[in-house]
Amino acid sequence: MDLTSFLTLFHSAVVFGTVILFGALGEILTEKSGNLNLGVPGIMYLGGISGLTASFIYENGNPNASGLVSALLALISAFVFSALGGLLYSFLTITLRTNQNVTGLTLTIFGGGLANFLGGMLQKFSGGVGQVKVGKAADTFGIYIKSIAGTDTSHPLYAIFGYGWLTYIAIAIAIAIFFFLGKTRTGLNLRAVGENPATADAAGINVTVYKYLGTCIGAGISGFGGLYYTMNYIGGTWANDGTIEALGWLAVALVIFATWRPINAVWGAYLFGIAYWAYLYIAGLNRHTLELFKMLPYVVTLIVLIFVSLRRKKEDQPPAHLGLPYFREDR
Amino acid sequence: MTKANLAHDPLIRISKREDIPMWKSWLVRIIGLLLALVVSGIVIVCITHINPFMVFAKMASGSFGSWIKNTNAAGETVEVLTISTKRIWVTIRDIMTLLCISVGLAPAFAMKFWNVGAEGQVLVGGIATVACMKYFTGLPTIVLVLVMIVVSMLAGAIWGFFPGFFKAHWNTNETLFTLMMNYIAIQITSFMVAVWENPPGSNSVGVINRNDQYGWLPSLFSDVPNKDFGWNVIIVLIVTVAVFIYLRYSKQGYEISVVGDSVNTARYAGIRVKKVYIRTMAISGAICGLAGFVAVSGASHTISTSTAGGRGFTAIIVAWLAKFNTFTMILISALLVVLDKGASEIASSYGINEYVSQIITGIILFFLLGSEFFINYQLKFRHNKGAEPPAAKPVQAPAANTDNEDKEANE
Repeated sequence: MDLTSFLTLFHSAVVFGTVILFGALGEILTEKSGNLNLGVPGIMYLGGISGLTASFIYENGNPNASGLVSALLALISAFVFSALGGLLYSFLTITLRTNQNVTGLTLTIFGGGLANFLGGMLQKFSGGVGQVKVGKAADTFGIYIKSIAGTDTSHPLYAIFGYGWLTYIAIAIAIAIFFFLGKTRTGLNLRAVGENPATADAAGINVTVYKYLGTCIGAGISGFGGLYYTMNYIGGTWANDGTIEALGWLAVALVIFATWRPINAVWGAYLFGIAYWAYLYIAGLNRHTLELFKMLPYVVTLIVLIFVSLRRKKEDQPPAHLGLPYFREDR
Repeated sequence: MTKANLAHDPLIRISKREDIPMWKSWLVRIIGLLLALVVSGIVIVCITHINPFMVFAKMASGSFGSWIKNTNAAGETVEVLTISTKRIWVTIRDIMTLLCISVGLAPAFAMKFWNVGAEGQVLVGGIATVACMKYFTGLPTIVLVLVMIVVSMLAGAIWGFFPGFFKAHWNTNETLFTLMMNYIAIQITSFMVAVWENPPGSNSVGVINRNDQYGWLPSLFSDVPNKDFGWNVIIVLIVTVAVFIYLRYSKQGYEISVVGDSVNTARYAGIRVKKVYIRTMAISGAICGLAGFVAVSGASHTISTSTAGGRGFTAIIVAWLAKFNTFTMILISALLVVLDKGASEIASSYGINEYVSQIITGIILFFLLGSEFFINYQLKFRHNKGAEPPAAKPVQAPAANTDNEDKEANE
């Protein structure tokens, strides 16, 4: 493989990786609060469709629509509606103490249904499958610094600077979460809630508030993954093909792969992207074997999962209270 | 109680219920279900602007027949419900497939082992079935069916074995493990679809053995294939009863419930926990694999990545809501399938897209999950005056609370 094709591969890997990076970053925050939210695919669906719908409503029939306003509307509504998905999950699991796995799966069913339903409505409204287009928002999301990156897709600078700005926001969020979890008191409190809520409670930390906020903000971040998918990955339209769901599960896998560390998630996401697109660049794959090759990201995650549990290194383990309900009177 | 105390005493306290009579717990569930139906009714009315009573009439009819537009004597167009035996059988068939997967999950869940890999286990069972239909030519139907059952169960058991094995030996997180196994199974399915593609270039397997119906589960009441799905019912009900007996009355079933309650207790009692994990997961996978056989040989006669079609995930919720009681699962599966068919009927007759059924399934499940809270816990309201202990208010509670949920579900 020569440099040019590697750079092209890398470019598509980063675009792919950013979708799941957002999903995984939100889920890391959520899981650090002790909630295993299997609703990530549903939340990413909600983020994707609500951002698209907001831009669509604004841009449709408005020739003077500003790309910046449209993009901002998409960002805000993606965050708000994903966070509301997280709120629904939090209300059920924290207040009503329903089982986390089951509630998360239900959220995935619900979010997927709602998003594909609305997506279908948008398609019908704009005259058919593939006709939905929020050009201005998509263009705004696709802005990158042409003077540095250039337009030559095989140039190394393009492989570093040639992405829409949300790509760099994802990295910034990863760094922010890294500092938040490791260096701030609030972050340490959040981790304490995820590791041992009873002790945190005894130390005067409001477990319920931390869990709610961790889950809702986490969901909001995950929702950007869906938005990035609709705006940057497929260019401001809607596709009813279930890709967001598959990517959502991959985001859950990435959390494990990154052993709950946001910085690991960044390079992990790009690695997943390379694994996902590599089949295009490997000679001798036919239509059959490429399907087998596509299972690579999942197999790699499985191996990491097994490896982590084999080594039993303390700092690689999931939060100790992950997936378990906390009820003060149970102690 | 002094004023100072009152300030710290929350308005509502939540406490665990010791015990709740059977009728009361079912009452809570039914209230939850009714509220869910009201909310989904509102959603549908908002979308379609049809008479809310018509919504439920249409939903109820979706599983039994269809509405056909007719012109009556006065020249008005009226819709007439036509009951169709075929449709009823299809509904029953789909209930049985969902039930089979849910029943398969019961042993794992009773052990508190989160097998979210049913989707994959169903797929590998389906692949195994198709392989038998394609390669074991010339066998009598009964032999072939038995071979397919064994092979599909074996495939599912292998898929269940791995997560069980790693959980048993290294405590590898089973939720994430089984989740990944799903996608590996999906890719293997894509691979097999590419291999078995028929006609070439269609990217699908097509109906297998369409001409001689070789390897199709026959009809029970007639010689015409696909006329009824009686054998599906018989096979799945046998499994349902068997798993019920296995979990409730066998020694292994008892071991499962002890491990589910507390691994340490089980160890102390001399139960070999590792063995129980592996064995139970193999059984769970095997039954899900059998569901793959039922879905392929007994229903679609083809395979694709959507053969499981999300039912592996829906079944998790069915199994959970049924509290591992396989007979309750019949009710819940039937409810979900009938609602799903009803929503599809509404979708097709009003030209809205079929994903509305997923939304409704989601709403119903949220409410049913939420109603479990009022079965397990009670709300105690603060009493300002008396010193007597506050009385529980179990039955009013769900209404008040599910209201909250409505708002969120609608947002």
